[in-house]
Amino acid sequence: MTPLRDAFLSAIVALGLCGPLVGLVTTSGDRGLSIHARPIATAVVVGLVFLGRLAILSWRGRTRAEAVQANRAFAERITRAGKYVTPVLLVAAVALPFTGSRYYIDLGTLVLTYIMLGWGLNIVVGLAGLLDLGYVAFYAVGAYSYAILATTFGLGFWTCLPMAGILAAMWGVMLGFPVLRLRGDYLAIVTLAFGEIIRIVLTNWVSLTNGPNGITGIPRPTLFGLAFSMDGGSGTFAGFFNIEPEVIQRIIFLYYVILGLALLTNWVSLRLRRLPLGRAWEALREDEIACRSLGINVRNTKLTAFGIGAMFGGFAGAFFATRQAFISPESFTFIESATVLAIVVLGGLGSQLGVALAAVVMIGGLEALRDFLSFLGDQMNSEVFAGIASELPLYRMLIFGLALVVMMILRPRGLVSGRTPSVALTTVKEIAPDLVAQGRG
Amino acid sequence: MSALLALSGVTAFYGAIQALRGIDLTVDQGEIVTLIGANGAGKSTLMMTICGNPRARSGKIVHDGQDITNWPTHQIMRRGLAQAPEGRRIFNRMSVHENLLMGAEVAGRSDIAGLLEQVFTLFPRLKERINQRGGTLSGGEQQMLAIGRALMSRPRLLLLDEPSLGLAPLVVRQIFGAIRELNRTTGLTVLLVEQNAYQALRLAHRGYVLVNGSITMAGTGAELLARPEIRAAYLEGGA
Repeated sequence: MTPLRDAFLSAIVALGLCGPLVGLVTTSGDRGLSIHARPIATAVVVGLVFLGRLAILSWRGRTRAEAVQANRAFAERITRAGKYVTPVLLVAAVALPFTGSRYYIDLGTLVLTYIMLGWGLNIVVGLAGLLDLGYVAFYAVGAYSYAILATTFGLGFWTCLPMAGILAAMWGVMLGFPVLRLRGDYLAIVTLAFGEIIRIVLTNWVSLTNGPNGITGIPRPTLFGLAFSMDGGSGTFAGFFNIEPEVIQRIIFLYYVILGLALLTNWVSLRLRRLPLGRAWEALREDEIACRSLGINVRNTKLTAFGIGAMFGGFAGAFFATRQAFISPESFTFIESATVLAIVVLGGLGSQLGVALAAVVMIGGLEALRDFLSFLGDQMNSEVFAGIASELPLYRMLIFGLALVVMMILRPRGLVSGRTPSVALTTVKEIAPDLVAQGRG
Repeated sequence: MSALLALSGVTAFYGAIQALRGIDLTVDQGEIVTLIGANGAGKSTLMMTICGNPRARSGKIVHDGQDITNWPTHQIMRRGLAQAPEGRRIFNRMSVHENLLMGAEVAGRSDIAGLLEQVFTLFPRLKERINQRGGTLSGGEQQMLAIGRALMSRPRLLLLDEPSLGLAPLVVRQIFGAIRELNRTTGLTVLLVEQNAYQALRLAHRGYVLVNGSITMAGTGAELLARPEIRAAYLEGGA
């Protein structure tokens, strides 16, 4: 098929799709709703599809071989740049609250929550290679564990945090047992179902979870016993340091809590990767039968991956509960699992830096796109675009989806797809015992 | 001499299909024993059954005086058995070094450096490739890695499943030379499954011939090589 013909067909498909979606608009007038046609907007969209398809086809035809080469160079560059990107990101993360902008700190907290979830899931999916579509279940278990323990027994956040982690890990192991023999698609389906089961139980077990109404009044965390309340008494943060109590203090504190938790997750994952257990996870991802023939206890190795991954999900859940002060089953739908999995896959399976970058792009980028589109909408006042301008922000999911597709075409193995060995000898000729010992530790 | 590995009346099934029909086989300490047979005769199944995957349906597998018939695989492998499985099954995305360390998982933490050095003496090529990914090695190097990985657990009995598969004759000689060397210097006991009957029988002290899941012939390597029916079935036009 010639590119021109192909592009023409794409344009026809676009016309069929966008005819009703873009071409017709309802406005509420004096006599109820009325429908108007927008031929120019439709024409613009169809024209864009035509030109875009033409551009893609001619680009692909000419530069296929070179593109692969360029990608490899890009991968090498990004791996090398990783050494500098990590400290820059870390400094940026620590410095963010000094902007003083509540909007940015809130967004940063959200992004960090997803980074932490991504790192937790990365243990299960990235390292051990067990495709888990129900990770939100552990997030929910952590959140509800904290919420119920805190509201029923009056326990504080720092007491409940480890308990939430342990409970989530227990559920991880419980999920792990029945799915030990499953792999790939089948494992994904069972974990997906598990996530839904947890959500449905939370919705229907009204006596424990208060059902769809959720749990309110979840206590906030304290800083070594100092509460962040507005009364400014002696037992509060503001009172102790003799400063004016402000809401932003608590927001900043929460930001640093999640930053600390996320860094803990990262540190533990990095350490585990260098331990025999972490190596066994990666070997398991590669070849289960080979693992078994090397004397690896496959069952225990899988269960620890599920358990430890779930534990970090539980920590993140407890944090979510204390930040929101309100949780309901609605917060733990499949879309959360999908988002976290998308972060892990986009980042590059098994790459810590990749997951962090992907979370920043996916959560922060989506938010930035919304702002940008509203800004763009405000600037466009011409008659032609009058209709589109106001709805431009609504197109952000469409643009985002397009960006994901483009990404997967250009970098199919994720942003940072290189895998650094967990042991590396600087000099290949010499095998000094101390170097090997380091590799083991 | 007591047998290091003794199988008596072992049967194994894949679902309803019987793959092994009453296998009796012994491997003595310090021997190289080879198992030859055509495709689908059950050679690899026998290898896997010794490792407990699949389990033997009936019969007995005794390793070093201990009945291991119903043990889980990973515990069998912790008794000083090691396998370089069919198709090599190295970890493609992991480095050569990491692959070797995976083999040492069973051996515990002691003297990893010494074990590595032993493997590198046997296969100097692996040392040159130490930081390379397993998947980027050539077929022969991958086979060396699979054997090296198995040796990292400091085994007393090495199970080798078709190490010559898909390799150039020169590389096959190199690998068989390494096996002979290991057996002579360390007294390592080897059970070798091969399609390359001529080479295998020349290397081995004793051999068994497996046909349709049963052992039809046994004897020393030289004896089996001399038998006309062996020559006709496994060596004709080959070698």
